Amino acid sequence: MDDLIADFVAECREMLEALGGEIVAWEAQPGDRARLDSIFRFVHTVKGNCGFFEFPRLEALSHAAEDALADVRAGRREADGALVSAVLAIVDRIGEMVAAIEAGEDFPVGDDSLLIAALAPGAEGPATPLAGALEGNGKAAAAPRTIRLSVELLDRVMSTVSDMVLARNELARRLRESPTDVPVDGAFERLSSIIAEMRDAITRTRMQRIENLFVGLPRMVRDLCADLGKQVLVDIEGGDVELDREMIEMIRDPLTHIVRNAVDHGIELPADRLKAGKREIGILSVSARQSGNQILIDIHDDGRGIDGTKLVDKAVASGLLDKAAADALSPRDQLALIFEAGLSTAKQVTAISGRGVGMDVVRSNIERIGGIVEVDSRLGEGTRMTLRVPLTLTIIPALTVSIAGQHFAIPRSAIEEIVRANGESVTLERLGGAGVATIRGRRVPEVSLADILGLKSDVPEAERRLVVLRASGGDVYALSVDRIHDHEELVVKPAAPAVMATGLYAGTTLADDGSPILLFDANGLAEVGGVKLEVQERGSRIAEAATSEASKLTAVLLFRGLDGGRRALRLAVVDRIEEVAAAAVRDAAGQLRVQVGEAILPLAGTTAGELGEGKVRLFRLNDGSHEIGYAFAEVIDFAVIENDVIHAASPGEIGGVSLINGEPAEIVDAHWLFANHVGSFARPSERMVCRLPSDDPWIQNMLRPIVEAAGYCVVGEGDEPADLVIASRGADIADDAARETIWLRSEAKAAGKKDESIYRYDRAGLLMALKSAGAGRGK
Amino acid sequence: MNELLLVVAIAGERVALPADAVESVVELDTLIPVPRAAPHVAGLSALRSRVLTVIDCMRSIDLGTTECSDGIREAVVVELDGHHYALLVGLVEDVVEALSEPSPVRAAMGPGWERIAKGMVETENGPLLVVDVAALISGLEAKAA
Repeated sequence: MDDLIADFVAECREMLEALGGEIVAWEAQPGDRARLDSIFRFVHTVKGNCGFFEFPRLEALSHAAEDALADVRAGRREADGALVSAVLAIVDRIGEMVAAIEAGEDFPVGDDSLLIAALAPGAEGPATPLAGALEGNGKAAAAPRTIRLSVELLDRVMSTVSDMVLARNELARRLRESPTDVPVDGAFERLSSIIAEMRDAITRTRMQRIENLFVGLPRMVRDLCADLGKQVLVDIEGGDVELDREMIEMIRDPLTHIVRNAVDHGIELPADRLKAGKREIGILSVSARQSGNQILIDIHDDGRGIDGTKLVDKAVASGLLDKAAADALSPRDQLALIFEAGLSTAKQVTAISGRGVGMDVVRSNIERIGGIVEVDSRLGEGTRMTLRVPLTLTIIPALTVSIAGQHFAIPRSAIEEIVRANGESVTLERLGGAGVATIRGRRVPEVSLADILGLKSDVPEAERRLVVLRASGGDVYALSVDRIHDHEELVVKPAAPAVMATGLYAGTTLADDGSPILLFDANGLAEVGGVKLEVQERGSRIAEAATSEASKLTAVLLFRGLDGGRRALRLAVVDRIEEVAAAAVRDAAGQLRVQVGEAILPLAGTTAGELGEGKVRLFRLNDGSHEIGYAFAEVIDFAVIENDVIHAASPGEIGGVSLINGEPAEIVDAHWLFANHVGSFARPSERMVCRLPSDDPWIQNMLRPIVEAAGYCVVGEGDEPADLVIASRGADIADDAARETIWLRSEAKAAGKKDESIYRYDRAGLLMALKSAGAGRGK
Repeated sequence: MNELLLVVAIAGERVALPADAVESVVELDTLIPVPRAAPHVAGLSALRSRVLTVIDCMRSIDLGTTECSDGIREAVVVELDGHHYALLVGLVEDVVEALSEPSPVRAAMGPGWERIAKGMVETENGPLLVVDVAALISGLEAKAA
C-alpha cells in the first residue's frame, strides 16, 4: 500500500508541476479548452485515486472541482474569474494535502467546505489563501528516496553497459591472444567483475515486479462490474515475477484490454450464470509465472467462452476468409480468428470494449515485444488467454558456433551437452534420410545446421560437433555444427519482424568484433529442421480438445523419482525442497521417517533400500496441518496437466497417469500420501484388518498402499486378530495369523497348477484376491 | 515548411523517401546473411552497438538484386516499430523540398512500384515518386499474406 501511495503522490506532484503553467494560462484565458481539459484530468485522477486510498477530504475537494469543471466542459456553465479562482484554490489545497501525505503528516487543518462552496455558480469572491499553505513544504520526506528517470536515459545507460560488455569481450579476446603477465590479468579480472556487478545492478534497475501491472486490476474489475451489473472475483497470482519495466508498460494495455473483454463479454450476468448452473460470482484469475526464457501471463475467466463457429461465420461474412478455407480451420485456428482485425463477436458495441480497438491490437502489441498471445476457450466454460512474453532478452549466456564460416549463437540454457560426431560414445545413422544420433545409448534425432540454413558446410560430417539441445518441452535433439567457438555472455536484442518470421531466431547480438550474430531459438531450429517435437504434438492436441477442462489446468512439479519414474506432484502441496543426509532417513515407528532440521517427517517416495549413501533430496509437502517428505532424484520442470488423467484403478500413491510435456508422467496422489502417512493413526477400526510382515520393505511400501486402498487396515506382527495375512511365498507365518492368507511370489510364472500364489506385480490378481478375502468375512 | 525528401536511386530510378523517417545515411561494410529469411532481407549489419536489418530495396520491389560486390553499400537508416533498418539503395543524391502534397500516380507503374508508392510530389527538379518505407521493409510476402 505504501508503494501505491508513493506512486500516487509522485503522480500528483508531477501533474501539479505540469499544471503550474496551465493554471496561470487558464486564469488569463478562462475560455481555453485545452487548459481546462488538463486541469479537469488532474482533479479527475486525484478523485479516482483518493477514493481508492480513502482520503475523504481530498476526494470531496476533487469531486467538487470535477463537477464544476464538467459543467463547464459540457457547456452548462461559463468559466468566469470566480470559478477559476475557486478551482485554483482547490488545486492548491490538493497540493498541500499531497505534500502532507508525502511527509507522512496529518492534513493541514482547515475547512474545505468554504472552498467547495466557492465553486457554486454565483458564489462570492475567491477563497482566501490558506494559512500555513506552503510552510510545511520545506521538510524533506522521510520515505526511501526515489527519483523518477526518463526511460530514454535509462536506455542510454543500459546500452552503454551493453557496449561496455562488448568492449570487455573484445579485450578478453585480445588478452587471450597475446601473452600477458599476471598483474594485467588480475586487473582485467577485477574490471570484469565490476562490469558484471554493474550490469546486474542496471538490469535490476530495469526490472520490476509484475505486481505493478496487476495491482490496478481488482479496482478496474470492480468498477466494470458496477457498470455492468456483474459479479466477478479477481484472483491474482505470481505478482512477484520480475519483468523488464518497458515490457510491463507494453503489456499494460493488452492486459487491460483482455481483462475488460473477459469481464464484459466473457463473464455472464449473475442470472445467466445461475441458469447455466454456475456460481453467481464469476472468477477471473490472472497469474504470471516464469517458464524458461518466457514469462507466461494467464488470464482465465469462467464465463461463456468464445464461439469458434460464430467467429468463422463472421470472418466469412466480412470477407476475411473464403468458405473453403474456413471449413479447413481447426478449432484452435477458429479461435485465433479473434485476433484478426475487425472481428468481434460482441453483439453490440458497449462502452467497455468492442469499440474496434480489438484483439488485433493486443496481438500486435505483444508481438512487437517478441511475445505471443494464445487463446483457448470452451463454449460455456470459459476462456483462457495466455500472453507469452520474452524474459528480457538483454544479456544471456550463449555458445557461439559456426557453420560455413558464419557465426551463430545458441542460448546456453537450451544446451544439454556437446559431443564430437566421431566420438567414442557417439554413432550417427541415417534412417530414411533422417539423421539419428546415438549418444551413450540414447537415440536422439539429429539435424544438420547446414541443412536447416541451406548453407554448404565444408567440414566433413564426421568432424562436426553435435550440440545436444533441449527444446522447451524437454525434448532433446542433436544439432550438428562445423565448429564450436566460445561461451560468451551476449547482449541480445530482438530482431526485426522480417528476421523473426523465419522462426529460427530468438534475436540478434554483436560479436566481439562488432559484427552481428544471430541467436537461435532451440524450438524454432527443431521445427524448421523437421524434428518432431512432442511439444508440437501437444500443441495440436490442445487445439483438438480445446483443453477438455480449461478450468482444471493444474500446475504440477515434474520430477524424477528415486526409481527413475517420471512423476508429477501438484505444485500447491510442495512447500519446498530440502536436502538431507541419507542417514537422516530411518524406518521408525512403522514407517520411513526423515529428520529435517528439528522436525521428523514421514517419508514417502522411497523405500529404505533405495537411498544408499550420500544425500537425499526431498520435497516437503504440506496440507496445511501436516508435513511429509517425498524423496526424489531430480526436478525436471514445472508443467501443467493439460491432458486427460488416466486414473489408477484404485487409490494409491500414484493417482493416475497423464501426458505431461509430451511424455507420460505418474501423478502422485497427494491426498493419498497424507491419508496414508499422516492420517493412518486416525483410521476407523471397524475396517478389515490385514496383517503384513513389517520387516518386508516391499510389502510395506509397495503392497501396503494397495491393501489399504482396498479398504484394509494394515497391522504388523502382533496379537490383534487379522482377517487376512499377505506374505511372500516361503516366509514363515504363524498358523493363527489370520483367517485367510494370500501368498505372493516374485516370479511371474506360477510354479505349477497347485501354486495359488500371486505374482506380486499382478495387480489385478492381487486386487481380486483382496476383494474375495473381504467378501469371505461376510460368510 | 514543406516536407523534406531524401532523393535516392532504387533500381536506377530516382525516388524520394520522407526525410523525417530517415535517421542517417551510412556506408555498410559488413553484411551478415540471415539464412532462411525472406529474399529482400539482405542480412544484418551493425552501426555501433546497434544491429541493422538490411533491406535490399530492389528485391523488395522485385526488380533484381542490388549490386554490391564492390564492398561499399550505401544505405539509408530508418526506424520502424522500434527496429532499425538499413535500406540498400543505389545512390543517395540529395535532399529536396516537396512543393506539393503527394498525389496519386495515375499512370500505370510496374507492379513492384505500385505496392510501395505513396504518391507523386512536385519538387524543384520535377515530379518524384514518394516511397512508403514500411512497404519497402515488409517486402513482397507481406502483401501476399
